[in-house]
This record gives sequence, C-alpha cells and structure tokens, in this order.
Amino acid sequence: MTLADVLGTALASLGSNVLRTLLTMLGIIIGIAAVITLTAASEGAQRGVSDQISGLGSNLVFIRPGAQEEGGIQLPGSGPSLFLEDSRAIEAANFEYVESIAAQGTVGGPGDFISASAIYLGQNKSTLLLATEPSYQFVRDFYVQSGRFINEEDLTKKALVTVLGADVANELFGTEDPVGKSIRIFAGVGGFGFGFSFTVIGVMEPRGASAETDQDDVVIVPMPSFQARIAFIRDPRGRTNIDQINIKLTEGSKAEQAKEEIGQLLMGLHAVEEPDFRIQSQSDILDTATQVERSLQVLVVSIALISLVVGGIGIMNIMLVSVTERTREIGIRKAIGAKRMDILWQFLIESIVVTTMGGALGVLAGIGAIEIAERFEIGDGQYAITPLWIMVSFIVAAVTGLFAGVYPAWRASSLDPIEALRHE
Amino acid sequence: MISLTGITKIYTVGNQRVAALDGVDLEIADGEFLSIMGPSGSGKSTLMNIIGCLDRQTEGSYLLDGVDVARLRDNQLAILRNRRLGFVFQSFNLLPRMSAIDQVALPLLYRGATNRKRAAAAALKLVGLSDRMHHRPTQLSGGQQQRVAIARSLVARPSIILADEPTGALDSKTSMDIMAVFRSLNEELGITIAFVTHERDVANYTRRVISLLDGKVVGDEPNVPSFEREGEQQGSAPAEAATIAEAPS
Repeated sequence: MTLADVLGTALASLGSNVLRTLLTMLGIIIGIAAVITLTAASEGAQRGVSDQISGLGSNLVFIRPGAQEEGGIQLPGSGPSLFLEDSRAIEAANFEYVESIAAQGTVGGPGDFISASAIYLGQNKSTLLLATEPSYQFVRDFYVQSGRFINEEDLTKKALVTVLGADVANELFGTEDPVGKSIRIFAGVGGFGFGFSFTVIGVMEPRGASAETDQDDVVIVPMPSFQARIAFIRDPRGRTNIDQINIKLTEGSKAEQAKEEIGQLLMGLHAVEEPDFRIQSQSDILDTATQVERSLQVLVVSIALISLVVGGIGIMNIMLVSVTERTREIGIRKAIGAKRMDILWQFLIESIVVTTMGGALGVLAGIGAIEIAERFEIGDGQYAITPLWIMVSFIVAAVTGLFAGVYPAWRASSLDPIEALRHE
Repeated sequence: MISLTGITKIYTVGNQRVAALDGVDLEIADGEFLSIMGPSGSGKSTLMNIIGCLDRQTEGSYLLDGVDVARLRDNQLAILRNRRLGFVFQSFNLLPRMSAIDQVALPLLYRGATNRKRAAAAALKLVGLSDRMHHRPTQLSGGQQQRVAIARSLVARPSIILADEPTGALDSKTSMDIMAVFRSLNEELGITIAFVTHERDVANYTRRVISLLDGKVVGDEPNVPSFEREGEQQGSAPAEAATIAEAPS
C-alpha cells in the first residue's frame, strides 16, 4: 500500500462519519485556536511595547523619583525626591554625553489620585496634564504638527498657553482648528480642584499608545505656568518637585557611564547614601518589559498545551472506541490480505489526519478570532500572528495525533482475524 | 493443489481440551468444485479457516501448492490470503458505507496494484453487477451483496475460493443464481470452489461431497451435480459471464 492509498482509506473512513470526526477534532481545534490567539496577543503586545519604547527616541535616560526598583516593585510612601533643581544641576555639570535635557511634571497620569481634564465648550476630556520645557520636543523626538511648541518666552512669562495631543485636539475640536482657541484645564480630585483658561498654541503629531500612557492623550503646558497655577497642590514643600527628567544622550555614548555619573551627582545633591530616585535607560525599560512578556507567554503557552493534551486524550478515547466498533471491518480487511502494518497505518494515519485537520481548522479559527477581536477592538493590544507559532501548532497537533493513535492502532493490528470476523 | 495430512485443531476451554478437528486427511486438486458438509459443531468452519490461512492447525501438515503453510509468518499468510485465496461469507461481510467498486478493489489495494478500478469493474461485470458499481451495500439486495462479495473474492484471480454457507442468508431462487455464478467461475476460469455448508441442496450442486462429523472425515464421494441430472431445473449462469479482463499483478 502506498501512502496515498493509506491516506485515501483514512479520509474515506473519516468522511463516512463527519459529525463524529468534527467532534473528535474539536478538542484540537480549540487547543490550537487558543495557542494561535494567545501567542498572537502576547506577541503583539510585546512588539507594541518594544516599538513604543524604541519610539521614545534613541539613547534616552529617564530619572524618576523613588528608590531603585527591586524586581519591578517600587516601595510606596517615599515622598517627593526629584526636583527641578536636580535637572538644572545636571545641565550645569556639562557632561559631554548629555545632548539635551527636559524636566517634566504630570497630573492625571496612571496611578495618580489627582485627575486632570481639558474642557472646551462644555465638552470634558479626562487627560494627562504635562508640564515641561521647550527642549522636550527634541529630547522625546516628538514634534508639533500645527502651530508651535512652547518656547523660552512662555517660560519666563509663565504664559497660560497649551499644546494639545492629537487625540485631545480631535476629540474637543473635531475638524475645527484648535490653534488660538481657549480651553479650560482643570486639575483636582473629584469636583474639587483648580481650573484655568489656557490658549491653544499648537497640536502635536499623532504618536500612538505607549507602554504606560497614550502619548496622544495629553495637554502640554510650560513648566513655570504649571508650578505657579496648579502644581502647588502637589508640592507642600519649598522645592519644585517634578515627576521625570528626560535626558537625551549624544550618539554613541555609553548609557551605563551616564547613569553612573548622573546618579552620583544626584546622590550628592540629595545627601543620601542610597539612591532615592530611579535612573533607567531605554534598554533597561525594554528588558523589564520583555521579561514580563516572556513569563506571560510561557503561561499562555502552557495553558494552551494542556488543552492540547486534553484534546489528545479525547482522540485516543474515540480511536479506541472506533477500533472496537470496527473489529469486524478489521477482520474482513485481514481476510482479504491486509497485513498487520496495513491496519496499523490505517488507524495511525486516521488519527494523525484528524489532529492535523483539527490543527488547520484551529489555525483558521484562531486567525478568525483575531480578525474579530481587531475589528471590534476587543482588548487593547495589537495582535501579531507569527508563522513560527502556526508551524509549532501544526507539528504539535500531528504529534498529538501520533501519540493518541499509536496504542489504538496497535490494538487494531494485533486482532486475530477469526476473532475479528466473528465479532458482532 | 491442497494437501492436508493429519490436521488436528485443539481448543482449550477452561481446563478442557476440545478437538475441533481430529486427524483430517484431504487432497483437493486444482479446478475442483466441491462441498464440505456437516452439522454444526462438526468442525467444517475450523477446517475452512485453516485452509483459508486464517487459522493454524495444532498438529498435522498443510501444503498449499507444495508450500508448508505452518512455516509461514503472519505477513506471508496475509500475502497468500491476498493472492491465492478468496473468501465468501454467509453474512457477505461487506464494508458499510463503501461503494461496490471500492469493495471489490480492496484486495488489489493491499496488493499495491494499479488500475484497480478497471479490474474491479471487470469483476463486477462477471457477476452481473455492471449497473450497480457505485451502490453501497445498504442500497443492494441480499443476492446483489453476495455478488459483490464474490467479485471481491475473485478480483485478485485466486486459485481457490472458499465459500462459507454463501446462500445461507438468501431465498432459494437467489441461492440458485449465486450457485450458478460459482459454477461459471469454476467452469470458465478454472478456479477451485469449496463450499462449506450444512444444506443438502448446496452439496448436491457440486461434483464432490466431503462429509465431516465430530472433526473427522466420514465420507468423501464424487457427486453428479444437480444441474447435470435429467428432469431437474437448471440454474442458469449469468449472461454476461463470458470473458474476464486480465487481472493486474
């Protein structure tokens, strides 16, 4: 018998009971669909995070308040520990590898108990309020699309001007040009807080969602205006407390050296033995994000593999039932000249065909599920279907069929022809 | 050419040893048309299974065309069943959900032959079922199903066809038609035909009647087949049963 003959026999036999074949496949279909969907989701999320972290601009170092993280966990309650003065000191130190530097303060970021919103003609949009300096554009490689960014004059005048993120502009103004319009920016807890009128001077280019925040969902104001009008609610002490210092390094400089030297400088300024701030390069953040994604992926794949094993057990069960049910058929085939190996292959190939077809349907179902998820924007991530996982799924499905089929096929091939013929 | 000497088959049931066959000596020449008769429990089915290489004797020797079958391995027996022997059963033993032509082609599949459909179609034509080639067993009458089984047994051009109560499930008119098919295979293709039966009518249709009782041969006589006796109605061979296409090898 050639392989084509064996395949033909297996397909004919499977085709003679389509419903049962489909039900047998179901475990594998669901298992493979789960593998495809879940790996696509986690792969997509991972890629998205990598893209966005790289998209922050190359060669960046971030300094944030709080002690150095241990295993990604930062102990709360350490209080403000990063100040505009720190940023000025780094600038003044004239490190040859610092290209530019921009401090920023925020209200309404993730985990912030104070929220911020932008209000125009009765429309209220909850957003991130970001106070920064003109250098921010260059440091973050993030530019205005229309109008202008904040300049030095705005700083000295403590001007009430704002640059809108693309989403905020779109939501509040639609097709209308926001530049020159006046909006109200409110910061507070619940209904209590402070609101001021700001004039829109520009709109940022669209940038997409980042690892932490949607970079287009932002209103940018000059740092001094922020501190004078709004930020005092966050700063009970004399110094000007900020949330982040962004430093862009010169091309080809070493991030490790920069982190070390800038860290020493700040520890001297704060007069502490251990850092009371976090200093991370872009690749540190990328590593952490990748690690998190990796462990998530391991979890996802283990769950999917367990479901495949369960599917495989189901197939073995059905194959055993099928061997018993077809005992007489096996006897007839042996009587007309089928060898042991012919019978063995028939059942083994049947099992492998079931799981491989189940695998194919599972891949289609997985891709379909992803299409639907993307169309209806279910979940916040992007999805990336990888050829690797499609191949892995197929191989796993076929191997499952092999293992599930071996024992039933062996049982079938060892049947005594006379006993089998007598079987009712 | 089949040569059995001292064939004994012993089954162990619990602690008891039961001899289904007890020293059977038998010679069957090529081209014979014979029947093995006996009441149930006489060992005739066991004898047929041994001749058909489906079962092995406990003692004695079985030479099929001079080959000692006892010394063959399972795979070689399978090849013998495939090429030298054909089986026809009382209950037809067709595979459900398979068209007649595919059933008939099955032995050729296990032989690895090409052009299987053509040979199967020729075999079906020989048994007069050219117009039922794509029907499934459930769409055929009992007689037609048995014809499919006969076509399957002869498609590989065996030297002997063993038929175990082939008319047992059929009415008398259909039975005579089926017997006539066997007769034409014997007369026109020279295939040895051996019926295993407990029916006198079937035995009477053959040229040699071997009687079995309690595992022993108690009679072995030539017989003038009923279709050659004067005054009795003749069963007619199918009109199409003329020539057979060359069987593939």
